[in-house]
Amino acid sequence: MHYESPIREPLILGEKNYHDVSIEVARPIETSPPRSWWIAFSISLLLFLWGIGNILYTIGTGIGTWGLNKTVGWAWDITNFVWWVGIGHAGTLISAILLLFRQKWRMSINRSAEAMTIFSVIQAALFPGIHMGRIWLAYFVFPIPNSFGSLWVNFNSPLLWDVFAISTYFSVSLVFWYVGLIPDFAMLRDRAIKPIQKHVYGILSFGWGGKAKHWQRFEEVSLVLAGLATPLVLSVHTIVSMDFATSVIPGWHTTIFPPYFVAGAIFSGFAMVQTLLIIMRKMFKMEHYITIQHIEMMNIVIMLTGSIVGVAYITELFIAWYSGVEYEQYAFLNRATGPYWWAYWSMMTCNVFSPQFMWFKKLRTSIMFTFIISIVVNIGMWFERFVIIVTSLHRDYLPSSWTMFSPTFVDIGIYLGTIGFFFVLFLLYARTFPVIAQAELKTILKSSGEAQKEHHTEDGHH
Amino acid sequence: MDTTNTQTEAQEAHVEKPVREIPMVRALFDDDDVLLKSVAAIREKGYKIQEVFTPFPVHGLDHALGLKGTRIAIAAFMYGLLGLSTAIAMTYYMMIIDWPMNIGGKPSMSWGENMPAFVPIMFELTVFFAAHLMVWTFFIRNGLYPGRKAMNPDPRTTDDMFMMEVEVLGEREDLEGLLKETGAVELQ
Repeated sequence: MHYESPIREPLILGEKNYHDVSIEVARPIETSPPRSWWIAFSISLLLFLWGIGNILYTIGTGIGTWGLNKTVGWAWDITNFVWWVGIGHAGTLISAILLLFRQKWRMSINRSAEAMTIFSVIQAALFPGIHMGRIWLAYFVFPIPNSFGSLWVNFNSPLLWDVFAISTYFSVSLVFWYVGLIPDFAMLRDRAIKPIQKHVYGILSFGWGGKAKHWQRFEEVSLVLAGLATPLVLSVHTIVSMDFATSVIPGWHTTIFPPYFVAGAIFSGFAMVQTLLIIMRKMFKMEHYITIQHIEMMNIVIMLTGSIVGVAYITELFIAWYSGVEYEQYAFLNRATGPYWWAYWSMMTCNVFSPQFMWFKKLRTSIMFTFIISIVVNIGMWFERFVIIVTSLHRDYLPSSWTMFSPTFVDIGIYLGTIGFFFVLFLLYARTFPVIAQAELKTILKSSGEAQKEHHTEDGHH
Repeated sequence: MDTTNTQTEAQEAHVEKPVREIPMVRALFDDDDVLLKSVAAIREKGYKIQEVFTPFPVHGLDHALGLKGTRIAIAAFMYGLLGLSTAIAMTYYMMIIDWPMNIGGKPSMSWGENMPAFVPIMFELTVFFAAHLMVWTFFIRNGLYPGRKAMNPDPRTTDDMFMMEVEVLGEREDLEGLLKETGAVELQ
């Protein structure tokens, strides 16, 4: 019953029993953090505070503090919004789509990947909020009766679809994550010695006791939530891409956008998961759970989605030429050879060229190399959104309106601030939450644990 | 780890008062496969298993215990339909009845003609209602809420132990003997 082919590599290394899993998952919470955690946390906190300052300055003074102009009305803000939403997608892909495909390797990484989803969607949601200018009127985006007459939101607009998509995505991801966390919080509660920890995890665990009926419902709920989250995650980036695709701007008005954006989102999200997990496994000594095999699997996904993105770029170029629309042709020629050529070629190098190294097993199983590529990919994906947004806008229909965009220190400050905020949340999470879905992982210990697998092979019983 | 004393104290402070109206034996196991075999053996002898507490979902345990399948997925489907209906009602009322808009030379016309633009909203609300109401149902049916005291009588059952609560029928010793025989490592 607990059998898995000996050809498959073990997913949990070392000689471990159920109790060892509990101890090792609880360790980052029960011990004081390493020095590296404090250093990372301090830097992130400083960036975050700098970002808050810039956001307050923007709200107090207005959007004029940004580098936007009459022609380029969307720039870093929307670039950052799309970048952060995209990063979030990998978490849902790992926890929902890989659950539906019964990929057991997701179990050691899904908790942190989902945490990443939630934290990055928070960063994403910040940008449309502050871009409104008058953030205190943000409730106008919801279809609520108001005292200014019965004027409703426009349900034909992709920007409104975005409100619904992002809020559904955020809240559903949050409950999906929380339902999975409950049994693990219960484990921490039952282990806790300190009264405060016991009390807090007692509240967070909702009284979970692991009754047979509850587990039956738990598994059904997880499966249905995965089934709901799968089309949801695809719809979110599809709708984000429609913000562009439904407008009549050369370079934006293309039907390829939804699949192209979704592939790009998964691509950058997996890269961010790599960045975070490579740091986390080292900082909290999780190498036995997040193994080279996990890193390799994610690298293969990066290679695949990176190639899809590459094909999409080339298709865009081909269609621009094939369409015979001169505005469209100019938009793409201008991207590659115009004043923003450096952004276009950074994007091409980082997104299309760099993941191709992953064809080599030696490279995709190297942690240092993976870490570098994961950062390169995220730089590339940021440039992709910048290229799509700014280079399409900066050459308006009237040459008299042609401009360039240059960010102010506020643009840069807010962007760095969200990176700081993201890492502040993630680092706090890594110290207070069970970073591995231990209850789920225990179900595969007998079939995929290294010692247990060796034992099976020696005895030869299946 | 020798924290038996601390655990027992903590257990008394934090766990709900056990309902001991019916005499029962609590047997602890340290392996899921042994537990499954024992459950089958105990039920075969005609004993009634009150509850089983496990640290992770043990596959096949619901069948071994003869639990009925859960209907929570059906509930989720209903909630999804409710969400879809809400989206249809909302778009119909707001965009067609209450304040029809002519945006970019494209008048609202009838709901049917405008429907393709409402598909994203219909989809999102279906998912929103299905997911959230299902999770609420899950919490309510299981009696889970913030601040609820731990339901497991022994804190080890969220770590590496499996506990079976069996109602005593006839002699207590017979049941205890059978549990020991089928692999229980501790009886309470």
